[in-house]
Amino acid sequence: MTLRQAPATAVASPAAPTPVERIDRQNPNDRLRHRILGRNPLGLLFSTPYLVFVLAVFASPIVYAVWIAFHDFYFAAPGATTSYPFVGFANFVYAFTNAQVIQSFGNVGIFLLINVPLTVVLSLLLAAALNRVIHLRVFLRISFYVPYITASVALVGVWLFLFGGDGLVNSTLGPLAPNPSWLVNQSLAMPVIAIYVTWKQLGFYILLYLAALQNVPKELYEQASTDGAGALRQFWSVTVPGVRPATLLVLLVSTVTGANLFTEPYLLTGGGPNGASNTPVYLMYQLGVEQGLPDVASAIGIVLVIGVLIIAWLQNRFAGGRD
Amino acid sequence: MTIQQAQEAAPADGARTTNRPAGRRSKGWTRTQSVLRGVVLGIGAVAFLFPFYYMVIGSLQKKPDQTLAGLIPDPTNLTLDNFAAVNSRISLLSGLLNSGLFTGGVLLCTLVFGVLVGYALAVLEWRGRGATFAIVLLVQVIPFQLLQIPLYVLVARNYGLADNVLGMILPFAINSTAVILFRQYFLQVPRELFEAARIDGARELRLLWSVAIPLVRPALVTGVLLTFIGPWNEFLWPFLITKQADRQPLAVSLANYITSVASSTANPFGAVTAGALVLAVPVVVLFIVFQRYFVSSDLGSGVKG
Repeated sequence: MTLRQAPATAVASPAAPTPVERIDRQNPNDRLRHRILGRNPLGLLFSTPYLVFVLAVFASPIVYAVWIAFHDFYFAAPGATTSYPFVGFANFVYAFTNAQVIQSFGNVGIFLLINVPLTVVLSLLLAAALNRVIHLRVFLRISFYVPYITASVALVGVWLFLFGGDGLVNSTLGPLAPNPSWLVNQSLAMPVIAIYVTWKQLGFYILLYLAALQNVPKELYEQASTDGAGALRQFWSVTVPGVRPATLLVLLVSTVTGANLFTEPYLLTGGGPNGASNTPVYLMYQLGVEQGLPDVASAIGIVLVIGVLIIAWLQNRFAGGRD
Repeated sequence: MTIQQAQEAAPADGARTTNRPAGRRSKGWTRTQSVLRGVVLGIGAVAFLFPFYYMVIGSLQKKPDQTLAGLIPDPTNLTLDNFAAVNSRISLLSGLLNSGLFTGGVLLCTLVFGVLVGYALAVLEWRGRGATFAIVLLVQVIPFQLLQIPLYVLVARNYGLADNVLGMILPFAINSTAVILFRQYFLQVPRELFEAARIDGARELRLLWSVAIPLVRPALVTGVLLTFIGPWNEFLWPFLITKQADRQPLAVSLANYITSVASSTANPFGAVTAGALVLAVPVVVLFIVFQRYFVSSDLGSGVKG
């Protein structure tokens, strides 16, 4: 990252020295200080609180997470002398020989396969439609974003009853209602969660696409239209390539959000039935906090993050293009 | 450039209406298209708003009616008892208060720390600026699931901050998205303004307070709005570290009500939707009032980093 060039001081006339020159002339110590710390050493002071927090709540916990994962770590009573022996990959082996853990990773896979494509398609379609609308614009904007800004706990409370055994969905479907009902059905629990999260987060992605659509040059649409391209054709050959950077961002963010899934399975299904909607983060909570195995939970977290990084890299490679 | 011009230069609303020329298509086709667009948007709006409507209806029903007929409010079946019912098991007021404390603390920290570092990154020149900006970008890609266990060990066990509002605030005290947002806005303020004020002898902190901050007020509102929804809606972290009922934010106590209390009550549907409504209303109202500050360009740049 290059430091910005010192700005041309347009206000100061040649006769009046800029403050910097004045100081430099006054004291050679100041000049030395400027060379070492930069022109405004206060910048470092202003950034110190932020940097301290980065160290305290990001940098050191990450190092600690890796350390915990490779040691036999447990919660000890305060004040007790403890030793945490190094155990190599034992925690990883313990975690990934467990069928529940494997299943939870598979569940996230199912989730992502439903959630990510649905998110990309729906948010781009709605953003493109919203972008051209003139009437009711504010109302539509608000209605699209409210699920995103509302607490998941509150919305899950409603979905729980919508999709409950004798909920609105089933009572409307009547004899067509699935049996067992949605949230207690082995093969439907995870898809319902995926659809819920798609619905809940869609507003955010619509917002991203709306911003991207402003950057698609209008001339391209005019040209395409002169060449006789219809609306669908224009959408496919102008809009879709034009918003590709946003699409990549939507892919990345929705994948990371999906891998973080906890609240929804915890509240909607409790991870059930038979672990069919359990997720790695939910398991990390169960193992790490409830069952006192933070070392195993940490190992799961590390594998999960590496998995997400690999998927993100693949998405970047194949959806990002090489321009 | 005057102050007013600078404010206008800052993007106040990223969603501009762009009317693209319809080209040489026939009028009938254009009409079909806009009807189609209206239908898609209409279905979208209904799908997004319906659960909110259902929340309100459910919270007011005396006897839960989970059929299609129940969607139309029945004047003989209306009551406010559900709010009292949920309030008797989890104190809504103390939940709101804890949520407010948590959110307020996070907001204060985000604004103070974020504005300081955003200003330093955009306006000041100092050694380490490039590295600090790289850190701001890097922090954004660190997923919380990796931090969850070590933070729980550190905050709840080592620092003894379980059931403490400080422990809740700590991991959210800095917000790198907000830092990038503030930096972006400070960069748009013409440099001459700062240089001129410095020549007048203004100290750096005063410059920040009385020149820079007033100029980026829209960014501050956007920052507050974006930051507000984070801690207010956050579930996992406060859930991990607050076990005492009277210390829990509303999202956590309502979740506990849903998982363990609701099924044993007379009208779980009414009570849960009533609690959900209390949790949702503050954010929704705030959002509707300030919706024009909820801007796509800022968010996009914040996330893209």
